[in-house]
Order: sequence, then C-alpha cells, then structure tokens
Amino acid sequence: MNWQLILDSVGPIALGGLTGTIPLTLASFALGLLIAIGMALMRISGSAVLSGIARVYISIIRGTPMLVQLFVIFYGMPQIGITLDPWPSAIIALSLNVGGYAAEIIRAAILSIPRGQWEAGAMIGMSRGQTLARIVLPQAARVSVPPLSNTFISLVKDTSLTSVILVTELFRVAQRIAAPSGEFLTVYLVAAAVYWVICFVLALGQDSVERRLDRYAV
Amino acid sequence: MPSEIAPPPPGTGPLLRARGLHKSFGDNHVLRGVDLDIAPGTVHALIGPSGSGKTTVLRSLNGLESPEAGSLEIGELAIDFSRPRTRAERAALHRASAMVFQQHQLFPHLSVLGNVTIGPLRVQGRPRDEVMADALALLERVGLREKADAFPSSLSGGQQQRVGIVRALALQPSMLLFDEPTSSLDPELVGEVLAVMTELAAEGWTMAVVTHELAFAREVAHEVSFFADGVVVERGAPAQVFGEPRHERTKRFLQRIQGPFGR
Repeated sequence: MNWQLILDSVGPIALGGLTGTIPLTLASFALGLLIAIGMALMRISGSAVLSGIARVYISIIRGTPMLVQLFVIFYGMPQIGITLDPWPSAIIALSLNVGGYAAEIIRAAILSIPRGQWEAGAMIGMSRGQTLARIVLPQAARVSVPPLSNTFISLVKDTSLTSVILVTELFRVAQRIAAPSGEFLTVYLVAAAVYWVICFVLALGQDSVERRLDRYAV
Repeated sequence: MPSEIAPPPPGTGPLLRARGLHKSFGDNHVLRGVDLDIAPGTVHALIGPSGSGKTTVLRSLNGLESPEAGSLEIGELAIDFSRPRTRAERAALHRASAMVFQQHQLFPHLSVLGNVTIGPLRVQGRPRDEVMADALALLERVGLREKADAFPSSLSGGQQQRVGIVRALALQPSMLLFDEPTSSLDPELVGEVLAVMTELAAEGWTMAVVTHELAFAREVAHEVSFFADGVVVERGAPAQVFGEPRHERTKRFLQRIQGPFGR
C-alpha cells in the first residue's frame, strides 16, 4: 500500500464526488422523480393511450443497459444533429433511467392508498386532482420512501458510468490519478471507499426522513 | 356554537326527494327503484339486511355512487341520474350533504384540526380565522378540543368517529349522512358516538342514518325505511315499523336481529 498516494488522492477524489457525483445525482433524481410521477399518473389514468405510452417507456428503460442509454444519447444523437455536452447528456440519461424505475414504485404507492381516502376527498368537495395532491400523494410519499431510497443509492453508483462520456465525476478523477501512477488497486480502493461513505450518509438520511414521515403512522 | 353552522330552518315539503333510483354493479341489481323523502329537520333511519341497498342509496345522495336511473332533489338542487353528471352537479351534490363513513376515513397525514379545516379552507375558500374558530368550537362541543393537534392514529375509535362527525359539520352542509357510523366500533365506544348524533338530531339537523342500532333508530329517528332486495319494503314512524311491522320481511328481519329474548 502506498500511504502517501492514498493521502494525495483522497482529496481530489472526494472533490470529484462533491462537484461531480453529488450534483449529478441530485439533479437526475429530482428530474427523474418528476418523470416518474408523470408516468405513474399516466399508468393509472384509465386512458389506454397514456397508459400504453408509459408502459412502453418503462419497458424500454428497464430493458436496456444504462451504459447503452448513455452511449445512444452522447455518441449516437450527434448523427441526427443533436450534440449535447457531457453534463446535459448524463443528466438526461440518468433522469430518464430513474424515471423508468421510480414510476412503478410511485404507481404501487398510489394504489396502496385505500379507496376510502379518495371518497373522503370527494365528499369534502375536492376534485380528483386536489385529492391526489393533498390527500393521496402525501400518504403515498411515506410508502415509497424505502424503495425510492434504493433507487437513489443505485443512482449514486450509476453516475460512475458517466465517466465514459467524459463527465468529471468521482470515478473519472480516480482514473486520471491511477493511470500515470500505475497504482490501480490503491486508487480504485480509495474511490470505492468514498462511494461507500456517500451511500452510508444517505442511508442515515433515509432513516431520518422515515422517522419524520412516521409521526402520523400507527 | 357559531350561527353559520346551525342547520337550515325547517321549511315546508321535503328537503330531500329521491325517486326511482336504480343501480347495478355488474350483474348485481342492488337498487330496484328506491324512493326516499326526508323532511327538513328530521332524522331518517335506513335499516335492513346487508346487501339490501341502503348504503348504496346513502352514498348516491352524496354523489359517491351514480345510479343509472332516477332523480334526486336536495333543496334547490335537482339531478337526473339518467344523464351523466356535469362537474358542477357533482360539486353541488358533494356540497349539499356531508358524510360520516363507517371506517371514519380521516386523513391520517393531517392533524385532527387539519382534517376538520381542509375542506372549508381548500375547497370552500372560507377565511382562515373564521374556519379555525368554527373548527375549534365544534371540537370543543364533542369534547375533543385538546386533541386538535393530535394525529388520528393516536385517537380511540370513538374519538376518530367524533372527529369524522366534526369534519362533516365543518363543511356546513344542508344535511348529514351517516353510513353505519358505529358498526366498526368496540361496543363500549358506541355510546359516545350515538350521544353526539342524538344531540345533533335534537338541534334540528336533517340526517339520513344507515344503522344496525335499532334502539337508536327507534328513539331518535322520525321516520324509518326498511330495505330489502333493493327496494323500500316498508316505511313509517319508528313506533309503527318496530311495533307493528306490516310486512313479513320486516317482521322476520326484526325477529332475527332482536334475537329470541326481544329488546
């Protein structure tokens, strides 16, 4: 083990996490959740067309590798005149991916809320949209926190794939340090450790979110 | 109690008049031409075996079910069920009455006060100060003022149902609908809910109550409709329906529910 190299590399790698991995994760997760809510609502809309579109979208996202999706967007799209920088390409690919996986989680969470809650919303005079926004989604949010946390933690690690489209995130920084030094084992173990710390902190965050949302549960 | 929440003054003629309600769930023809009249300021008990259509009728009054045929008048509102409901008609139906559900259906993510005020604030758009004052006064009435900030899951079944009643009152409806409000409660909690309902009846609220509490129906209701197989078999004053039932179905039902020892 090259202790000096560990000390020298952990700073830049962690910085890659702070300026690359974490913002990429947050932006993609936020956009991905919006896509997922939209897709979940299309799935339960009762319209065959909307539901069909959402079904096809979810099937394609879940049935193709993330890496291939990244390549199609970054290396493929320029052929039809759409050239995007690494960052926008990465955010688009990652949020589409999150949208596909989280859509089913959110759909299941919405369906888990008893029909009586929709009826109580209608009884007090709310439209379906109001009932959804004020009664059903807040309760569905609590149900979907544990599975969405899984998606979130997977996303943190999936961002490492964007190193192949030249996004300067944690793993790309590690590759740049490792190559000239030849110390692949040391540097990549440092990178692994930094990912683990990020995910560990996120898991703690999940606990505290669940506790906060649990205040009304039995 | 603030004056806005007082029931409308008794007028002449029925507040509610339903005619020829028909409704099927698949092959199951649950309503086969139901008529119902409820005079302002009176309590109407809907009794009968389960599956007889009484709950479906009650839910239709609030627009939670859509009969395929029939008509309904509540005050000024007139609905022809054979035509699809417009948005405005649906809203007017929900506005005309307020329902207390069998399984309370309080919103678990909102405090007691939140449950009571969300309709008046978010749907009716009434001023916040007024809504809060009314809600707290109503909670005080049912003895739950100190639970205003509690979540429903921390209340007993009887307390939850009393909050359900307050949520309905806070909507300032012209009548109250109760769907077996005590059927899901432990026996020792039934009394506190019936006590609140008895008070409301005494105040002159117009109420339609689906219930298996025959003693309550006999004491509090002004009129009783006995349902069987999707029609009203017998209707009349409680003393008549319970004391001298005219129809064989009514007699058999009362015998079964009252048991061999009578009541």
